[in-house]
Amino acid sequence: MREVAAEMQRPCLLFSGGKDSLVMLELARKAFAPARIPFPVMHVDTGLNFPEVIAFRDAKIAELGAELIVASVPDAIERGLVKEPPGGSRNQIQTPVLLEAAEKHGFDAMFGGARRDEEKARAKERVFSFRDEFSQWDPKSQRPEIWSLYNGRVFPGESIRVFPLSNWTELDIWTYIAEANVAVPDLYYAKEREVVDRDGMLFAVNDFITLKDGEKSEVRSVRYRTMGDANLTAAVPSTADTVEKVVEEIEKVRLTERGATRGDDKVSEAAMEERKRVGYF
Amino acid sequence: MSDLLRFATAGSVDDGKSTLIGRLLFDSKTLFNDQLESVEGVSRRRGDEYTNLALLTDGLKAEREQGITIDVAYRYFATPKRKFIIADTPGHVQYTRNMVTGASTANAALIIVDVRNGVSEQSRRHAFLATLLGVPHIVVCVNKMDLVDYSEEEYEKVRRDFSDFATRLNIQDLTFVPVSALKGDNVVNSSENMPWYDGAPLLSQLEQLFVASDRNMQDVRFPVQYVIRPQTSNGMDYRGYAGTVSSGVMKPGDPVLVLPSGFETKIKAIDSADGELDEAYPPMSVTVRLEDDIDISRGDMICRPQNTPETTQDIDARICWMDEKQPLNEGHKYAIKQTTRWARAIVKDVMYRVDINSLHRDESVNELKLNEIGRVKLRTTQPFFTDPYVQNPETGSFILVDESTNRTVAAGMIGTPKHGY
Repeated sequence: MREVAAEMQRPCLLFSGGKDSLVMLELARKAFAPARIPFPVMHVDTGLNFPEVIAFRDAKIAELGAELIVASVPDAIERGLVKEPPGGSRNQIQTPVLLEAAEKHGFDAMFGGARRDEEKARAKERVFSFRDEFSQWDPKSQRPEIWSLYNGRVFPGESIRVFPLSNWTELDIWTYIAEANVAVPDLYYAKEREVVDRDGMLFAVNDFITLKDGEKSEVRSVRYRTMGDANLTAAVPSTADTVEKVVEEIEKVRLTERGATRGDDKVSEAAMEERKRVGYF
Repeated sequence: MSDLLRFATAGSVDDGKSTLIGRLLFDSKTLFNDQLESVEGVSRRRGDEYTNLALLTDGLKAEREQGITIDVAYRYFATPKRKFIIADTPGHVQYTRNMVTGASTANAALIIVDVRNGVSEQSRRHAFLATLLGVPHIVVCVNKMDLVDYSEEEYEKVRRDFSDFATRLNIQDLTFVPVSALKGDNVVNSSENMPWYDGAPLLSQLEQLFVASDRNMQDVRFPVQYVIRPQTSNGMDYRGYAGTVSSGVMKPGDPVLVLPSGFETKIKAIDSADGELDEAYPPMSVTVRLEDDIDISRGDMICRPQNTPETTQDIDARICWMDEKQPLNEGHKYAIKQTTRWARAIVKDVMYRVDINSLHRDESVNELKLNEIGRVKLRTTQPFFTDPYVQNPETGSFILVDESTNRTVAAGMIGTPKHGY
């Protein structure tokens, strides 16, 4: 993070309110303490986030005295920049919103909390990942990364996506959250919640998920492993209601984080890779 | 956190590298069910009779089908004893660059040899590159033992050949394991098929490799990465020099010398975000405060007064050329980055190119093409603070960047190692 702050003209930290972003914020705080984090934090808000996550985001930013930029997807829909897609997933249309905001603010480096262990397209990412003037990722022509000598040189319009957590695994994230006492939204901890089983995935019944005809809800002890859009992110059965229990659970878990909880990545084998190619993280 | 071993794998696809990695993940039970299901599904669709473990190092496979070449893919697994990061370097034409990239951060190199083919050109190249990069441990997996009836004789033949070649290199720690990645012999579980082998299976060896001493704890080198000087209205007066300890151990009260100014002072405090520290050592990220207010900026180096790196604008180094578009030419200028310092460098002389199969030096060349390794002399626009790579990889390594494309085009190692290549 210091390397980016030193070498790049205008970095920003992308923040979703999830555990990885919260760990990133904590690392940023530590990297520059006692000074403030020397770059803004940007949230591409789909408008479909869990309200708890948004509240958590705002409290955290206020506590750090950081600058928050919100790039709003509903606002972009209203302005006609993007169209609401059928099926309810706003994943695809996040990208133009992100890119528009990045261009408006002139960001030449954006931190993301992505980890290589999450998904096979991400396994190929560099820590400093070059994006051309169209923000495209070209897996064929990546800069070699040797030792810890990162090359952040870009021409105007080009940028670098930076993934400091590349080599962390889900277990590393939770171990760190436990050791460094990082606060995360309560949704990550198990609680009795009203859920509906939809194609083998458990969705909590809330403002975003309502029962369809013939569906029955039940109360089960569940928690979330990821924080995506509230209409698409499934919970997992769990009794881990403390950070120690979550660490223990992750040590034993037999499903990957995304395999267990995200409907949106299952669209095709290469869904993530295709999204990344056009500028998504 | 449990300790971490980073290893780079090398070996062509036919030697069974993918199967070996798959077997490691599978037998150590670090695979996730959804990953396994996906591999089972693909195996079925392809008509494989058994679950094809090679498909686990997927992503890559799919990419190759699409004609995408990826330099290095990283995979993760853990046992109760240790965490592992595998730098999986595909065995392509481009593998010199791949191998250098993967090996640059590795504690160990895993070289896979097909017992039927014996020590190939590729095995030699891999061993050479690992040595060049100073990888302290080399583990040779003699694979496909099931196809030679688990013959001790066949294994010994490979072991002897490889050891003979290895004496020409400067390998610190070389071990051999006879395995069958396909059947699982000696990968995670000891094999009953090779009672003559009294060593541990591969995974146990990887769990036991000693890595703590691989770091240089003698020579204090602290390249200044970022100056922290908060601007607040309440008159807070803080000036700290942030960075990662490259080598050595620093303590408050220690006398230090700052390069390039040569100014001597003492360490007042070593800060972390959670308070002051009693000491700092590699690879800790810390912020150092000094007794005297002196002008220090990014790219400067903090060290001990009686133990300083060389300050020089003339760099003699071995480099691996990585650019497919342009060769390295005498007289060309490049951007150079070493520790946290950027400058420009001109190539004064391409002294020789090493043929990495024969270890022969070709002194007639004046350029280096993609994947070639040679020794060059550079002259830089600013002084650098360097140590020989063999003593200190952190201050002995650099990259060259083509200023017209901003691409990283070379990896450089300062100084010449003992074996002369």
